Amino acid sequence: MDAGGEGSQDVSAGDDQLLHRALGVTDGERDEVEAILGRSPNHLELALFAVMWSEHCSYKSSRVHLKRLPTEAPHVLVGPGENAGVIDAGDGIAVAIRIESHNHPSAIEPHQGAATGVGGILRDIFTMGARPIAVMDPLFFGDPSEARQQWLIEGVVAGISGYGNSVGVPTVGGELTFDACYTQNPLVNVLCMGVLPTDRLVLGQASGVGNLAVLLGSSTGRDGIGGVSVLASAGFGGGSDAEDAAKRPSVQVGDPYEEKRLIEACLELLDAKLVVGIQDLGGAGLVCATSETAARGGVGMDVDVSAVPRREPGMAAYEVMTSESQERMLAIVTPADLAQVEDVCRRWEVRAAVVGRVTDAPVGTPGRLRIFDGFDGEVLGDVPAVALSEDAPLYHRPMARPGDHDARAADDPGALPAPADCGQDVLTLLTDPSWVYRQYDHQLFLNTAEGPGGDAAVLRLAAPGLPASERGLALTTDSNPLWCSIDPRAGTAATVAEAALNIACAGATPMAVVNCLNFGNPEHPEVMWQLSEAIDGMSEACLALDLPVIGGNVSLYNESFGADINPTPVIGALGLIERLTCRPPGVTLVDDATLVLLDASVGTTGGQRNPPSLGGSRWAVECRGHRHGTLCALDLTGHRRLVKFVSELVAEGVAGGDGVVSGIHDVSGGGLGVALAELSVRSGIGLQVAGVADHHELFTEAPSRVVVCTTRRNELVARAAEAGVGFRVLGTTGGDRIVVEGLVDLGVAEATESWRTRLPSLLDELAPATPV
Amino acid sequence: MALRIGVVIFPGTNCEHDAMLAVQRLGASAELVWHGDGSVAGFDALILPGGFAHGDYLRPGAIARFSPVMEAVTRFAAEGGPVVGICNGFQVLTEAGLLPGALQKNRGLRFLCTTTTVRVETDRSVLTSGVPIGTELRIPINHFEGNYTCDPDTLAMLRAEDRVVLRYVENPNGSIDDIAGVCNAARNVVGLMPHPERASDPLLGSVDGTVLLTALLTSVATPATATVA
Repeated sequence: MDAGGEGSQDVSAGDDQLLHRALGVTDGERDEVEAILGRSPNHLELALFAVMWSEHCSYKSSRVHLKRLPTEAPHVLVGPGENAGVIDAGDGIAVAIRIESHNHPSAIEPHQGAATGVGGILRDIFTMGARPIAVMDPLFFGDPSEARQQWLIEGVVAGISGYGNSVGVPTVGGELTFDACYTQNPLVNVLCMGVLPTDRLVLGQASGVGNLAVLLGSSTGRDGIGGVSVLASAGFGGGSDAEDAAKRPSVQVGDPYEEKRLIEACLELLDAKLVVGIQDLGGAGLVCATSETAARGGVGMDVDVSAVPRREPGMAAYEVMTSESQERMLAIVTPADLAQVEDVCRRWEVRAAVVGRVTDAPVGTPGRLRIFDGFDGEVLGDVPAVALSEDAPLYHRPMARPGDHDARAADDPGALPAPADCGQDVLTLLTDPSWVYRQYDHQLFLNTAEGPGGDAAVLRLAAPGLPASERGLALTTDSNPLWCSIDPRAGTAATVAEAALNIACAGATPMAVVNCLNFGNPEHPEVMWQLSEAIDGMSEACLALDLPVIGGNVSLYNESFGADINPTPVIGALGLIERLTCRPPGVTLVDDATLVLLDASVGTTGGQRNPPSLGGSRWAVECRGHRHGTLCALDLTGHRRLVKFVSELVAEGVAGGDGVVSGIHDVSGGGLGVALAELSVRSGIGLQVAGVADHHELFTEAPSRVVVCTTRRNELVARAAEAGVGFRVLGTTGGDRIVVEGLVDLGVAEATESWRTRLPSLLDELAPATPV
Repeated sequence: MALRIGVVIFPGTNCEHDAMLAVQRLGASAELVWHGDGSVAGFDALILPGGFAHGDYLRPGAIARFSPVMEAVTRFAAEGGPVVGICNGFQVLTEAGLLPGALQKNRGLRFLCTTTTVRVETDRSVLTSGVPIGTELRIPINHFEGNYTCDPDTLAMLRAEDRVVLRYVENPNGSIDDIAGVCNAARNVVGLMPHPERASDPLLGSVDGTVLLTALLTSVATPATATVA
């Protein structure tokens, strides 16, 4: 028995002792495989375990911590562990959501890495029976004035644009963060949301002995072999260009046209109830899809590798089983329905090949995944399906609070000298990300009431085939690695709080969150401590705000040259709007109105210190290069009250009522100074604010604050007082200057120009000369 | 009886439901026409919606023009039937030879999704019949290959025959003579890069697209107004 073959990579050659290490399997893990099988694994079997037990697929370093997250609520239909989390949105409609990372592939090959990240997450969503209706992309790069970062940014954005636009799913938001820690290891996260009639919900499981496993979509090639183990589960070692180039074949290549037809074919198969289960092929390819569907269904599966359509000759069995070729799905079909399934696929020009059969799992024994060379041919491998998907070792990796933590906390940026001109620092912190999102179709399906650039995207709850509904959805992704590097626990809690507040600013009630935990090397005890703290912070905030965590992704080994990235937990939050008939006011101003700061940051517990902390603020880091100190306190009880109040206030106008809110923006990165300036440049209207004491108050990122523009000041403050929400009248709107008395005096035109041109002036230089 | 609008779908088309929804909201009925179908009988007008027909492989519209439905679309157009190509649909119509010129990559070589202002340049087309010349409309564009181009003779002909239907007020993509949409000599076939269906609901931020779609439905209902020579 030989898993290698003609033209295969060098795993077949060589020495058993070293093979498992070359595949990324530790000595201990190899022994465990041997114990499970009761014999030595052959090369193919070892390759299957290597990919399925990789960090990326098995979460072996993070699972013990993830268990601490709250995952349940009455409206949660599917929680973590499936392809996507699903909530009941009412009116017979369910919403599926998932977030993932494609960091390492994008570092190596930015265009295809990002493109296939989009492709992969779409499949996770339509696997659940949902039509994908929105994508969001949080992106993190190094200094954008460096040529290599520009190449990465350009490639990643073009990859998302090229794939997402073509496949026909709008990209409605995201984030753009620059920090030197991402120089060698950019982060490319992608969130996807889909909608489905609740009764179409399907789970990725096999059932019915004798049913057929039908592989749909692309042929299988050598692209992406070992992507999860080679790329996603190790850092960039020496970081030499030659080494990175050598990893490039582990990046898959995407074909959005194939994916578009696959989506339509799969949704048609599900509508016609022609499949009993369906599963996408993503990381770890066919071995993952077959073992997971079998394990979830409590059955076994026989797979005939010779029946898998291939794109190149001479592929070894292990290559066919672990290839991450894109745009493939595995459908479980009854023999009686096969002809109809083939008809639907033919119409959509989607390839369909029977590659497996569901087999019995005798009582008390796990179903087996058996790999055949022809169903009547040789057995190439035989392992318990559940051992691959669920029996990966769980690691309680050592954790340690960084030794310099206290010293860094004590080094407070509050002592930094005040800026000579706060206005110039506001300009430094003001960047319009529309250079990115103008390259994304963010309007398809006629759902987008509020697109990218605001606090949260707002979409109609509508798609072809759904019951009619007046409801709407709000969606946001948020992260703050600066906060999290100072205090991963408090920083992550504040990130969740901000996400919930962004949802509220759109007039929606926060319903659920997903998370993408981007961290460094888990073998560094400080990184494990960060991860554990972040999970605890998320857990605290989610419990306090009644937010179930319905899915997540962990991306570890984000490091280069031995230096770990800042802890970067990304929170995706989903909110529900009861009645969406008018666009939410959004980040804007109207003339001759009053600006009111709603403020729950002082809370009920004594509040912030005075002056408020600048630790972890964009001002301290980006204007002064100071990354230490402590964060402002977060009072979750007060925050919860604020979220409810803001959500109800905005919802009145969104539902078609005479809303009291004319414009709204939460205070986050860059503090009040940047929030005010953004309101002004996005509307072209000036403002005059008084009573901001100093640069501490202007730039602090104390949580739980929202700026509201209203023409009905008395009504707003009366209602805030009644709701127990702190408030302060900041000033008025109008004119053509942004004035914060004693601190800032900028022309709106000047600020707008600076805001608009920052990114294009860096990035458009790359565009080749074009005919005019 | 409601007008019947056929919305042609190729594999890779993605704006078909949006186009259907927009005309349905204006009181028409709309049905999908599969690219493999050889007939468009019974429809009062056809829309070729946006998307990426056949993945835009080779170049946008290059493969779609060979789909069986295009013979039927060509016959329908030759008989005076109103045909509107939006975005990718415009690209398909130029590749099929139903409209002059071609759509090349945007100036700046990037995909552009943004709202533009376009000016109605003629009221003699199925899409602008009855709309005052000079009307400015805010309508989104969403394309990589939207940079309209043609040879000088064709441009002179388009101008002389009043066949430029829409121009951009601020040219976003490098189109020659700011052209956003053109029509054929018989004025019943119109192609445009902006997406009127994306400006068809106050929730989307603009309803200006309904000006064009309403004009289409009106000129279908009263054909004489549309084919003024």
